[in-house]
Amino acid sequence: MANIKIPTKKFEKHFKLTNEIKHKIPMLGTPLETYNKNEIELEIFPNRPDMLSYQGFIRAFKSFMDKETGLKKYKINKPEKNFEVKIDSSVKDIRPFTACAIVKNLKFDDEKIKEIIDIQEKLHSTVGRNRKKLAIGIYPLEKIKLPIRYTALPPQEIKFQPLEFPREITGQQILSQHPAGRDYGNLLEGKNKFPVFIDANNEILSMPPIINSHNTGKINENTKEIFIECSGFDFDILSKTLNIIVTTLADMGGDIYQMELNYNSGKGNGINSSSIKGGRDGLLRGTIKGKTTTPNLTPEKIKINLDNIENLLGIKLKEAEVKKLLEKMGYNYSNKTVEIPAYRTDILHEVDIIEDIAIAYGYDNFKPTIPDVATIGQEDPKQTFKNKITEILTGLGFLETYSYTLTKKQDQFEKMNKEPKEIIELVDSKTEYNILKQDLLHTSLRTLSENSDSEYPQKIFEIAPIFMKNDLKETGIQEQENLVISISPSNFTEIKQVLNYLGEMLDLKFELKQKDYTQFIQGRVGEIYLNHKMIGLIGEVCPYVQKNWKIKMPTSSLELNLNALFKEVQN
Amino acid sequence: MKEIKHLVMSLSPIERKILPFLELPIDEIMSHSGLDEVSIQRALEYLSNKKIVNLTTKEKEIIDLGENGKKYQKSGLPEKQLLKLLAENPKISLQEAASKASLSDNEFKVALGTLKGKALIELKEGNIILKASQDEITKKTLEETFLESLPRNNKNLQPEEELAIQNLKKRKEIIEIKKVKEKTIEITDLGKQIQSEKLNENLIEQLTTEMLKTGGYIKKQFRRYDIESQVPSISSSAGKSHFINQTAKYGRKIWTDLGFKEMTGSYVQTSFWNFDALFQPQDHPVRDMHDTFFLKIKGKLPNKEIVEAVKKAHETGVDGSKGWRYKWDEEEAKKVVLRTHTTCLSAQTLAKLTPEDLPAKFFALGKNFRNETIDWSHGFEFNQTEGIVIDENVTFRDLLGYLKEFYKKMGFEKVRFSPAYFPYTEPSVEVNVFHPEKKVWLELGGAGIFRPEVTEPLLGKNIKVLAWGQGFDRILTDYYKIKDLREIADNNIKQLREKKFWIK
Repeated sequence: MANIKIPTKKFEKHFKLTNEIKHKIPMLGTPLETYNKNEIELEIFPNRPDMLSYQGFIRAFKSFMDKETGLKKYKINKPEKNFEVKIDSSVKDIRPFTACAIVKNLKFDDEKIKEIIDIQEKLHSTVGRNRKKLAIGIYPLEKIKLPIRYTALPPQEIKFQPLEFPREITGQQILSQHPAGRDYGNLLEGKNKFPVFIDANNEILSMPPIINSHNTGKINENTKEIFIECSGFDFDILSKTLNIIVTTLADMGGDIYQMELNYNSGKGNGINSSSIKGGRDGLLRGTIKGKTTTPNLTPEKIKINLDNIENLLGIKLKEAEVKKLLEKMGYNYSNKTVEIPAYRTDILHEVDIIEDIAIAYGYDNFKPTIPDVATIGQEDPKQTFKNKITEILTGLGFLETYSYTLTKKQDQFEKMNKEPKEIIELVDSKTEYNILKQDLLHTSLRTLSENSDSEYPQKIFEIAPIFMKNDLKETGIQEQENLVISISPSNFTEIKQVLNYLGEMLDLKFELKQKDYTQFIQGRVGEIYLNHKMIGLIGEVCPYVQKNWKIKMPTSSLELNLNALFKEVQN
Repeated sequence: MKEIKHLVMSLSPIERKILPFLELPIDEIMSHSGLDEVSIQRALEYLSNKKIVNLTTKEKEIIDLGENGKKYQKSGLPEKQLLKLLAENPKISLQEAASKASLSDNEFKVALGTLKGKALIELKEGNIILKASQDEITKKTLEETFLESLPRNNKNLQPEEELAIQNLKKRKEIIEIKKVKEKTIEITDLGKQIQSEKLNENLIEQLTTEMLKTGGYIKKQFRRYDIESQVPSISSSAGKSHFINQTAKYGRKIWTDLGFKEMTGSYVQTSFWNFDALFQPQDHPVRDMHDTFFLKIKGKLPNKEIVEAVKKAHETGVDGSKGWRYKWDEEEAKKVVLRTHTTCLSAQTLAKLTPEDLPAKFFALGKNFRNETIDWSHGFEFNQTEGIVIDENVTFRDLLGYLKEFYKKMGFEKVRFSPAYFPYTEPSVEVNVFHPEKKVWLELGGAGIFRPEVTEPLLGKNIKVLAWGQGFDRILTDYYKIKDLREIADNNIKQLREKKFWIK
């Protein structure tokens, strides 16, 4: 989740923050998180990285509010001499693509520099998947000699002074010594070459996706012209992210210039995308061959069927209305064709356009209806059975408990005097609840243990799943619903009476076979059988176990497989 | 008259015993009745409920001896001690008097001042000269007489006693004024009337099986009970289903009443069902260990047809979609997780449907997991209610209609919808309900229409599927006024016994 903060003053140049506007903002799909006289905070959903800046949001919101609707035109200038990036084939297995641009006539100040860095970071953490998928570099053009090469070098041959670092170090050292290297070094793990941008003076500009050079990769208030690159694995997403940045800079007053990307340079025949992990020629669109220029702000076009709008949304719209609604969302429409802004990354299908029509129409203008879809309702039969069991037991004065499905090793094994085996463990759980339950008895005893100051007798039960390994299952795990009952204080007779009553009420015959289990007192424990199948245990809880749990009263319990009971009752 | 009779008949044996002695203080009631104080107090409460006595607790001020007061009770007030010394030495130097009198400097000064003030002595050229008569020496002073009368009430005081108090108050810790609570028993007019009634001694206290057998109750009267008096709670012996299941039962009823069929399924799922089948790209942050519980197990994928269709939806898209355009990895889809939403059950249900099953409506209600720490507002387990409606003819407005109906039945009349984003629905919507008491909008869940990239691989055809997953715990904690989410699963037996039933 990404939020953006906008100075209230800046927003109020366009719209006064009235109650109506406060209501309208979330209706664009940008929830208003907080606001005060200094600042407005908005949530931007992951499908709209183009709104991750003040400029991007205000562009969308003005249009949504019927100011400056339709596809916004941006002037784009052809590449000047040497506005070129040569992509060497050595990057193809490392970080194969880049999309680049130059922006001139910028008037930076502290605030604008902060804004740019902020957009860059937000794009990194969202569409960039923490720089894994995409990383952005911005450089002052006056420090660079064009053209630029994008190539890969052995880490020990890469030497430059990384941003905010006192001296020149090698590519390898950056990973261990520079904070950004430590944070993102894993993205270059196992590569024998690291990607670099190098200018015509053979100066290293940066080592993506880690860090820029301190000398050539740092913008300041005097910077008027910049070089921007996005590097990563999907050319399509790189181009669109570049479009997001350049249009934002254009909205700040900059002039956009294209760059020529030459994917044929170096030895061999350029990049053969079929060999790239994450890209197969012809199959995936996020690849590129030969020469091309970026940024490309030509809108993509998509056909739209007006009937589909009505079918999906349940509202009848005339074509003129559809056109108007689409223009509110920054599109152009003519002749069943929608022109999509080049910075939109989220339009995969006609439905994405239709959702924007719904947003423009206003979610609060839809009148909810209940259709006539004739179907018969039914509770899950096992749920109905569980309700019966609950009814029987609450009739006997039992209190139902509700526990976590996850449990702790100490509770499941140590306190139960049980050997830890067949553990089903979770990866990197943030709490000590890091395994799945093997039985419910220990949870029932935990409840008694935590309630020694409540009035006795305590009669409790719980129905919940337990987990065991089973290779035949799709997940390798079998889940079984169990029933556990505990009475404290009590003895074997009392718990057996409950079992018998349950059997009588369900018309089932349980048999007991004496067998010792360490959780229970020897000779006062047995296996419960139903139809010659072992389905559970019953007994007086072993005093050593009770002591582990600090349970004050003699306790007896039973636990049985509820699935088995259900199966039997259904037959 | 009848009322008096009923009242007499309602007196318990203990109440009868103390009735004649109500004018007396409690310790005397104890000695006359032979009952202990607790029984008497309780009986007095009952008598008070019956308006036979008025029990009032009054705060009154008691004047008692202070620390020094107690000391002087034995040794006499300092001025008296000095006077006695002077009686033996009618003229004595100040120095000598100070050393002979066993008084502290301060006491000596006070004693001198007091005696001088009363003109019983004279100070001349460093000497004290006795002026008091013999009578004045032996006679008790006002203060002495007053001190002997302590402890006593701080009221109805004589003017000279008031003066004594004023004088003594100026001196250190001779007297103190304490506030004490006092229960007074006042017999009401009704009480006096009852006292004069003849008490029938032959009332039946408890009906016994023996009496029923022998007819021992015939022509006898039962003691009447005060049915308004308090009885102890029996909640500690009550059996009850857990409040979360009471609420869930109601949730199920709403859906089945609307014609929905329940879907169930495992907590442990493959990533395929939990994520891939729902068009969540494999590099989506939710598929990270920081957010989702993974097991150290590789699962199996379902039949090839569905796997291929899902793969195609991700890689190149289906039904005119561009897809996510990356290489979909089977191994990633095999990773086993604890389900992060009940929506995985919807995906499995869709995959099983045949054209003959349509139209269809399903719901689920159950637990989900996320890798999260626990505090008052977070937990690693949470409940959700899920619904899908599969029909060619349903629309976005119908989606809003079902959600509005569900929340209306849950007690939220005002529902608001705003745009949202989920990878598997388009359009997507966020549901907010207005809390009528707190006057705030609560964010309760997400909904939408499944994308063609979800429905086509699972149903074989892009048929519209309305879908929602609504948070359930929020509804529950709000109803039961639970402020800390940990309370849901903490199994505090005392609280569970006292917790109200879900009444809807």
